[in-house]
Amino acid sequence: MESLDQIKLRVEAAVPGAQLAIVPNDTPANQPSLVVDPPHALAVVRFLRDDPQLRMDYASNVTGVDWLDKVTKEKLKVKKLVDGAEKEVEETIEKSTPGYLEAVYHLYSMALKQGPIIVRQRTGNRSNQISVTSLTPIYRGAEFQEREIYDLYGILFDGHPDLRRILMWDGFKDFPMRKDYVPPDDFEYEPTPHDDVLERARKHYPAKAAS
Amino acid sequence: MDEGLRSELSKQGIFTVKMQELLNWGYNSSRKNSIWPLQFGLACCAIEMIATSMARYDLARFGAEVFRPSPRQADLMIVAGTVTKKMAPQVVRLYNQMPEPKYVIAMGACAISGGPFKQGYNVLKGIDRFLPVDVHIPGCPPRPEALLHAFMTLQRKIDGDSLFGPDKPRHADESVPGEYPLPAFGEHDIEPPYNKAVWEPPVMARE
Repeated sequence: MESLDQIKLRVEAAVPGAQLAIVPNDTPANQPSLVVDPPHALAVVRFLRDDPQLRMDYASNVTGVDWLDKVTKEKLKVKKLVDGAEKEVEETIEKSTPGYLEAVYHLYSMALKQGPIIVRQRTGNRSNQISVTSLTPIYRGAEFQEREIYDLYGILFDGHPDLRRILMWDGFKDFPMRKDYVPPDDFEYEPTPHDDVLERARKHYPAKAAS
Repeated sequence: MDEGLRSELSKQGIFTVKMQELLNWGYNSSRKNSIWPLQFGLACCAIEMIATSMARYDLARFGAEVFRPSPRQADLMIVAGTVTKKMAPQVVRLYNQMPEPKYVIAMGACAISGGPFKQGYNVLKGIDRFLPVDVHIPGCPPRPEALLHAFMTLQRKIDGDSLFGPDKPRHADESVPGEYPLPAFGEHDIEPPYNKAVWEPPVMARE
């Protein structure tokens, strides 16, 4: 199979206006992935499926990732006037990058026995712009997996035929796989607690009698 | 009746018995030798339960081979596997639909305490938060021998049941409710997280 850079060039030629980016992967697996902007995701994936050299006819796995808001600190050397003389002073600058949710699709070709091509869609943020495009119109098998991502991460899939919770009950309000999820406080009986369970179980310990 | 008089009479070929003993003998022994379990499994423990009922371990030796698909015909609930919070109301509902007298075996680490999934947001930390459990079997999953041992333990327990008196069974006591309330699906957890009438968190002495 061609490299992802070549595929990206061909997709850009076939789908005008699509904004693509490649996420490199430095681990031994070395599987880079293709970030697609949600408005063009359907067209891009349809190209990946129908192109005679790729024929990605099978969505093997669909999953979600939660990226929290990040604050990175950078140290910069800045020249400043101190007591009339110019000196180099170190300053730390805090940069905050907003978080986002991500839907990841692993596409394989059954016909040509090749793959995977990893396609990612990112939401605008983690609170109110949480929509991506559903790929269920192209891969029917993605239907339940997208429902599961909606259930556990809270990503909305535009164009999904039946977007309901699938594992948790309908009245459930939280999204348990998000990194800022707080599980219900039912740690009242922990015979052998340790680590963070110990912290949570301590809150249920009876108050010490005054001695 | 005096024990000495009773012994004397039995030497003369006259056997005496209390009504209570006769009832216990007929009633309890017939029940304990024909336990009909409810046929349902929740996770991998169910595979061991099925193995127990088949030829190699042969639950039929204890008279309990008739697994019933309807709760109306069953008198033993074997909670075999992880009870998720979404499943908990259904398990309690099945228990409510069983006729008295009924018994519960909590099979495996998950049914006892949540087991390896204990800290999961969606796992009930033991079915005894909602149902009165008669026999707990530890193990992950317990071997069929352990389930057989639980059956023998339950049979001993049924044999010790008295029909009258202060330790009469639950179903003979009018003040005890016949049904247990179903937990409701809340916005963050099931409500209530446990039935206070059945279970309270044990108070443990901590340093």
